[in-house]
Amino acid sequence: MSEHTYKQFDAEMEEIRSGVMAMGGLVETQFARAIHALKHIDVELIDTVAADEQAINQMQVDIDQQCSQIIAKRQPAAIDLRMVLTVVKIVNELERTGDEIKKIAYRAQQMQRPERLSSVRFHEITRAAELAEDNLQLALDAFARLDVNAAAQVVSNDEAIDFAFLSILRQLISYMMEDPRTITPALEIVFIAKSIERIGDHAKNIAENVVQVVKGKDVRHATAEQIRAEVAE
Amino acid sequence: MNFEAVATRPEAGTSASAPAVPKMSIRHLDFFYGKFQGLKGVNLDVAERRVTAFIGPSGCGKSTLLRTLNRMYSLYPGQRAVGEIIFNGRNILDSGVDLNMLRAKVGMVFQKPTPFPMSIHDNIAFGVRLYESLSQRQMDERVEWALTKAAMWDESKDKLKQSGMALSGGQQQRLCIARAVAVKPDVLLLDEPTSALDPISTAKIEELISDLKKDYTIAIVTHNMQQAARVSDYTAYMYLGELIEFGATDEIFLKPARKETEDYITGRFG
Repeated sequence: MSEHTYKQFDAEMEEIRSGVMAMGGLVETQFARAIHALKHIDVELIDTVAADEQAINQMQVDIDQQCSQIIAKRQPAAIDLRMVLTVVKIVNELERTGDEIKKIAYRAQQMQRPERLSSVRFHEITRAAELAEDNLQLALDAFARLDVNAAAQVVSNDEAIDFAFLSILRQLISYMMEDPRTITPALEIVFIAKSIERIGDHAKNIAENVVQVVKGKDVRHATAEQIRAEVAE
Repeated sequence: MNFEAVATRPEAGTSASAPAVPKMSIRHLDFFYGKFQGLKGVNLDVAERRVTAFIGPSGCGKSTLLRTLNRMYSLYPGQRAVGEIIFNGRNILDSGVDLNMLRAKVGMVFQKPTPFPMSIHDNIAFGVRLYESLSQRQMDERVEWALTKAAMWDESKDKLKQSGMALSGGQQQRLCIARAVAVKPDVLLLDEPTSALDPISTAKIEELISDLKKDYTIAIVTHNMQQAARVSDYTAYMYLGELIEFGATDEIFLKPARKETEDYITGRFG
C-alpha cells in the first residue's frame, strides 16, 4: 500500500496496527502461562496473569481511543476505513480472549485434581488449549500480513477445536454419571474447556475481520467453505 | 494508461427503492481543447432522479465532462466534443440542437455564486421570461415556487425587491439554484457548488441536493470527497481525461474495484 499524502495519517494507522500486534503478543504470552498453569502448580503465575490482564484491558481502551481520533480527524475511506473498524473489533476480541485466559489460569490453579481425572483428562484439555493457541497465533499472523489464505485456514481449524470441546464434554459426562464424586472437579474442567472453545471463536472472529479488511466482504456468518471460496476469488 | 471503467449494478447502493433509469447516456465521448484531448472515450449513464458525482484531481476532466452535458463549451471557439450524449431521445452533440432549449432543460450552477445585479425576484424571473410568457401573478407564484424549492423562501420572502448581490454567499448560491430550478429543467449540473461556502451554507446546499433529487436528475463535480460520499448515489472517478471507475457511491467509498480509485479516495494520490 502506497503512502498517504498526509504522512501523519500513515503514522497514526501504523500506530493502531502495531498496537494490535503488541496487544496480541501479550495475549499470546498470557495463553502460554495459562497452559503452563494447566500442567503445573505455580501460584506466583496467577499474580503475573492478573497484572497483565489489566494491561490488556488498558491497551483495548487506548487503541479504541486512537481509532476514534482517526475517524474524527481523518474521515478514513475504503481500505483505511475498513482497517480502523476492524482494529476496533479485533481489540475487542483480544480483550475477551484475555478474560477467558484469566479464567483458565485461575481455575487451573484452584481446582483439585482427583486421581481418576488427572492424567488423561489433563492431557486432552492441554491439547485442545494448544490447538487454540496455534490458531490464535495464526489469526494474528493473518492480520499482520493481511493474509486471507491464513485467515481462511484459521476458520477451518476452529472446527477441530469445537470438536475437541465436544469430545471432552462427552467423556466428562460419562465420568460424572459413573461416579458423582467427580462432578465438582469435572465441572471445573468443563468450564476450562468452554473457555478454550470461546478463545477458538475469538481467533476465528479475528480471521473473519482480516477477510473484511482485504476483500471488503463481510464473512462473519459464512461457512469455512464459503470463506475459502471468497478468498480464492 | 488505458483503464476500462468498472460499472456496477445500476440499482446497487441507492437509497431510493425504484431502479435507476438513464436520463443521459454518454457514449464514446472525446473532448478537445484545440489539439489537447480533455476527455478520452468516456461511457457513462447519468441516472434519472439520482445524484451522480464526478471526482478526481484537478485537470482530470470532470468539469469538462459536466460542461459537455449542456454544451456550455460551445460558447468557446476551438472546443469540440465527439461522440454521443443521448438526452430525451437525441444526441445533444448534433449540430441542429437548440442550445437555448437544451440549457433550459439542463441547468447549471457554478463554483462562485453568480447572481445578476438585480432584485431577488428578477434574478429568478429573468430566465423564466426567456422561455415562457407568464402573467404577473403566475410569475410571482413561480418565483415563490423556485425559492421554496431552493429552501430560501422563508428567509427571502420579505425582501424580494432587494438586490440579489446583497445576500450572503450561501444565500446567493441557493438563489442561483432557485434560478436554475425556475425554468423547470430535467437535469441540474452543479460545478463545485459549495467550494466557496462556509460549512453551514455547505450543509444547507447538501440538504437541498437531497431534496431536489426527488424531482431532478443531478450531476455534481466536487473536490470534497466526503461531500461526494454524502450526497451522491453514484460516483465516477476520473483521471487524465479517462473514466477510471463508475459505480454505486456506497461501494466506491467502502471497497472500490480499482486501486487507482482507492488511492485517490484514501488520500494516497500524488
